[in-house]
Amino acid sequence: MTGVLAAAGTNTDFVAEESLFWILFVAAVSAALAMILVRRAVHCAIMLAIVMLCLATMYAMQGAPFLAFVQIIVYTGAVLMLFLFVLMLIGISSADSITETIKGQRLATGFAAIGLFVLLALGIGHAAIGPAPATTAANGANNLTGLSQLIFTTYVFPFEVTGALLITAAVGAMVLAHRERTSPKPTQRELAARRLASGQLAPDPPPGVYALHDAADRPALLPDGGTSESSVSTALSPRDPNETPRFVPPEETLQITAEEAEREINPATSSGRAES
Amino acid sequence: MSPVHYVALSVILFVIGAVGVLVRRNAIVVFMCIELMLNACNLAFVAFARLHGNLDGQVIAFFVMVVAAAEVVVGLAILMAIYRARRSASVDDANLLKF
Repeated sequence: MTGVLAAAGTNTDFVAEESLFWILFVAAVSAALAMILVRRAVHCAIMLAIVMLCLATMYAMQGAPFLAFVQIIVYTGAVLMLFLFVLMLIGISSADSITETIKGQRLATGFAAIGLFVLLALGIGHAAIGPAPATTAANGANNLTGLSQLIFTTYVFPFEVTGALLITAAVGAMVLAHRERTSPKPTQRELAARRLASGQLAPDPPPGVYALHDAADRPALLPDGGTSESSVSTALSPRDPNETPRFVPPEETLQITAEEAEREINPATSSGRAES
Repeated sequence: MSPVHYVALSVILFVIGAVGVLVRRNAIVVFMCIELMLNACNLAFVAFARLHGNLDGQVIAFFVMVVAAAEVVVGLAILMAIYRARRSASVDDANLLKF
């Protein structure tokens, strides 16, 4: 990275810049293509991160180290994390539907893309773009000094407007993400009445944690010797609490044998009563 | 190395982003493609700043980044509001304004 920053804007290491450019070119274009081709939104986000990192390196190669780091910190760090956060809220497994809802949309999109590409390529091809100047004299002492001089003199008014924009965006996001309560919040008396009406006064029993097998997938033992299936999380499949564990520690560390512990913990053979 | 290569890459990325906006259904992916287009514009701005030997292009790219951040925040908040109301993030399902 320091080599890239040192060579930035000087064109001294021509071959290095050229080879690095083509590597990044292939990486960025293939990642961008993969982004519009993969179905899952999370994979799209990863591909977008690759494109952004490639572009950050290109900024550094072009004498814009400040923008390179802003790109990594703001885009790859903040914006993409925001995307992933919203993806997590909305449903991470939501795959895009492949079916075409508008007939011939893909074909029309292909033609439009080719047209746009030809238009832009012609415009750039007709422009006389010569080689870059050897060094950016506008930088001043360094890139950061030059940028800050421009931002706080020529562009100071847009910079101030940017502050207003950011505040407005933050307030707008809070207003949009705020959820109004459509029904009044239940009082403690109403909650108590609801619990009495449901027939179950106490909360569900927690899963069993025993001396023999301290695992969350063992159903709780009830006072009558049965087991409570509802005590195990639905994400786990409950195991028989009387099953002998596969790993038996050596006798010198564990004083009681498995059979003794079994008899001690659960004297009655479990009937496996399903408690609802 | 001529800045025209960088501009060419930005053109390619911009077109890919535009295709993604037109083709994809998931609103978040559409948003990501818009971000890709903005990034492509930034690359062109930086390349032109280098071409002209001044820093104005870099300042503009900086402002583009700020505006893009604000846009993403508001856009994702809107998306979440729509998802709460419609239980879907597909752009096909938000069709109440369709006549």
